Amino acid sequence: MTDPAATTGTPSQVLQALRIVGQLSAAVIAALLCGAVLIAVAGADPVVGYLALFNGAFGSLNSVVEVLVKAIPLLLAGLGLALAFRAGFWNIGAEGQIFMGALAAVWVGLNAHGWPAYVALPAVILAGFVGGALWGVIPGILRAKLGASEIITTIMFNYIAFYVVNYFVTGPLVEADQFLAQTDPIAKSAELPRILRPTRLHAGIFVAVAAAGVLYWLMLRSTVGFRARVVGANEEAARYAGMSVGWTWVVVSGVSGGLAGLAGMVEVAGVHQLLLEDISGGLGFTAIVVALLGWLHPVGVVIAAILFAALDVGADSMQRVIGVPVTLVYIIQALVVLFVLARSALEHGTFERFLRRFRSA
Amino acid sequence: MAGAGAAPRLQLEGISKRFGAVVANDGIDFEVSDREIHALLGENGAGKTTLMNILYGLYRPDSGSIRLNGEAVRFDSPRDAIARGIGMVHQHFMLVPALSVLENIILGLRARHEPLLDFADFRRQVIDTAQSYNLAVDVDARVSQLPVGVQQRVEILKALFRGAHTLILDEPTSVLTPQEVDEFFAALDSLRDSGHSIVLITHKLHEVTALCDRVTVLRGGRVVGVERAADASRDRLARMMVGRDVPRTEARGDVATGASVLEIEDLRCRNARGLEALRGVSLGIRRGEIVGVAGVDGNGQSELAEAIAGLRTPSAGRVTINGRDCTGATPRRCIEAGLGHVPQDRQRTGLVAELSIADNLVLQTHADRPFARWGTLNRQVIARNAERRLEQFSVRAGSRDSAISTLSGGNQQKVILAREFSRSPDIMLAVQPTRGLDIAAMQFVHEQLLEARANDTGVLLISTELDEIMQLSDRIAVIFEGRIVGLLDSATATRERVGLMMAGHGGDAPDRAS
Repeated sequence: MTDPAATTGTPSQVLQALRIVGQLSAAVIAALLCGAVLIAVAGADPVVGYLALFNGAFGSLNSVVEVLVKAIPLLLAGLGLALAFRAGFWNIGAEGQIFMGALAAVWVGLNAHGWPAYVALPAVILAGFVGGALWGVIPGILRAKLGASEIITTIMFNYIAFYVVNYFVTGPLVEADQFLAQTDPIAKSAELPRILRPTRLHAGIFVAVAAAGVLYWLMLRSTVGFRARVVGANEEAARYAGMSVGWTWVVVSGVSGGLAGLAGMVEVAGVHQLLLEDISGGLGFTAIVVALLGWLHPVGVVIAAILFAALDVGADSMQRVIGVPVTLVYIIQALVVLFVLARSALEHGTFERFLRRFRSA
Repeated sequence: MAGAGAAPRLQLEGISKRFGAVVANDGIDFEVSDREIHALLGENGAGKTTLMNILYGLYRPDSGSIRLNGEAVRFDSPRDAIARGIGMVHQHFMLVPALSVLENIILGLRARHEPLLDFADFRRQVIDTAQSYNLAVDVDARVSQLPVGVQQRVEILKALFRGAHTLILDEPTSVLTPQEVDEFFAALDSLRDSGHSIVLITHKLHEVTALCDRVTVLRGGRVVGVERAADASRDRLARMMVGRDVPRTEARGDVATGASVLEIEDLRCRNARGLEALRGVSLGIRRGEIVGVAGVDGNGQSELAEAIAGLRTPSAGRVTINGRDCTGATPRRCIEAGLGHVPQDRQRTGLVAELSIADNLVLQTHADRPFARWGTLNRQVIARNAERRLEQFSVRAGSRDSAISTLSGGNQQKVILAREFSRSPDIMLAVQPTRGLDIAAMQFVHEQLLEARANDTGVLLISTELDEIMQLSDRIAVIFEGRIVGLLDSATATRERVGLMMAGHGGDAPDRAS
């Protein structure tokens, strides 16, 4: 069968989604089994450890909320990347776009004192999107007009964005106390409201759900998504069919950056209420993995985002209960990636070829 | 050597090979004698290439045996086959364009004092080999700069240098001019005289009768006959190959007098490497006529097609489609002006392999009503459209949702034709529309082009298959080195005349110093 990202809008859609879930589960189980060996080697009981991991992630309302809070930015950024990757635009710059979205959001938020929430909140959300989109679209234009590799430019743009934010939180926007490398809190009316006190769940979840809906339409139902897929699958054929390949890249790079910017906005307006130096902490890179593990499919990205958030949240409690370091969970995350990759290698017959060679030797 | 006279050089017995449900080879017996040129004749998909890939060690047969000079052998890889003196020249050359001829020939060989590479030593040996077989090549030339005919010579030399006594040539003449073919046949003749055996894979009947000693005809993975080439008539061979009588598509009717749909004036254009590929091409196509552009591959045909379709910006000249100036326009504009395009390379440019048949059918029109509204695709309409087109063009496909890559080449081409004709274009640009198709699919394509002509569409047919051009065209333009060197009425054009022009002789082009 072909890449699941390639089939759309047919009855097989449901099957496709089921297949993604199935493959992801198989990879997770395999990774957990390998992780169990490592835990045992470290002298602890894997069963107890995994129970703690699961409980830490889903054992209480609070932990479920924590998983969701972590999943929201991963989902937002991952959705945008899935769209870009479908079009063959390898945006490695979500990290930088998150920073720029956060910067734009905090700038509006800091100036929103006295605005009513129905003005301030949309303004902050919009600012986050626009900040990320502008940052993301520049590499898109560079590739469309000059053929510059977006992989290189987006990576470089990460550094620029990081240091730009660094400059602002230590210089022009530094907090009144000038003690930490962070800004003052944004206006109360510009915060994404908490919706399930006393937990940390905030209204960013609605932004994420809405984004997932819009991206579902965009990727699988819209003419833009169709063109993105054609461009990603076969640039030449797209050109021959009269599509503007360059314009497609500009569009997807902008949307992709905008969604990453929303992820940055959520961290500012929903979690910290201010901008701090290392607000992203590698979210943009994890989102790449989330997009790929989700098979560049909106439903898959939702599942992958929750999975990675759950592993993160559960890791702490596993460490507390059985005393193995948190890094073990990172190993398990990496193993999940490897098993998914191995799965696709299987599909392309690499393993089969290997076996055939083995038998004929 | 007791059995030297008795045992044939090469003997394949009962070779079978299946790929999933497809039986590619079904108990094939095949033999080649010493000093023989043996044709392996069959349509695409008849199993010729599979059989030869088995012989060359690329595939392992499910059953059957291979004997070399009477001795049973087993090839697990091309390396084994080469070691036993079997050489293969693939249809698509396996040369590294950036390397020199010498480097290509010695690629992968062990030098005398490994790991030291003694170029001078190799150079001497290669030149000796080339001279002894009368295959003149400049060993220091870069392969990318050589004409295709010479590249082929390099491939043969490469095989001979590795000690091949049996050469397998896969469709070797498809890239050559009629004149180059003659030269090539002479070279094969002399190889035979020097003791080599040659297997010629082909689907061209005249090559069989002109050159070969024997011919084995394959159909549907089985041998349908082995004949002495001298005794075989072309009609008989064609019947054996196809399994029924082959009707000829009858072309031509009245001379077209319709309005002009495509005007090309003094078109100049550079190719991807920056060299001038079109040097002033002028040509006009009217409604209801087929104009064929004949020429050897690489004389500016691709650039001409791309410039017309808006895929390559001309450096000078004009392209007018249906009265609208489309010089340097976007592909979109050319399509909107009424251009249909069957591109040269259906896999790479005509279709998107991963997409479904239904999606491939709306590549250009997906954003137009009724296929989309407010930027949202209407999947039902797209699916219904696919049902109708598949039916109308009798495409054999599992379902409209199957990926296009699951279709055979002929059915893929039908999908492209269905898509392009469904937009009712005024001018159809068809580039190599039958390349790699079997006879039935080829005929289907030809019928479609003739039907378009009958429906008052102008057709520009660019093809390197001279037979196709001769059979379908009302007028024939011959392209050579980026110029139209002759424009003939098909009623008066002969194969020989066109062939000479294709090689740059006998046209109205200025003579060139050689």
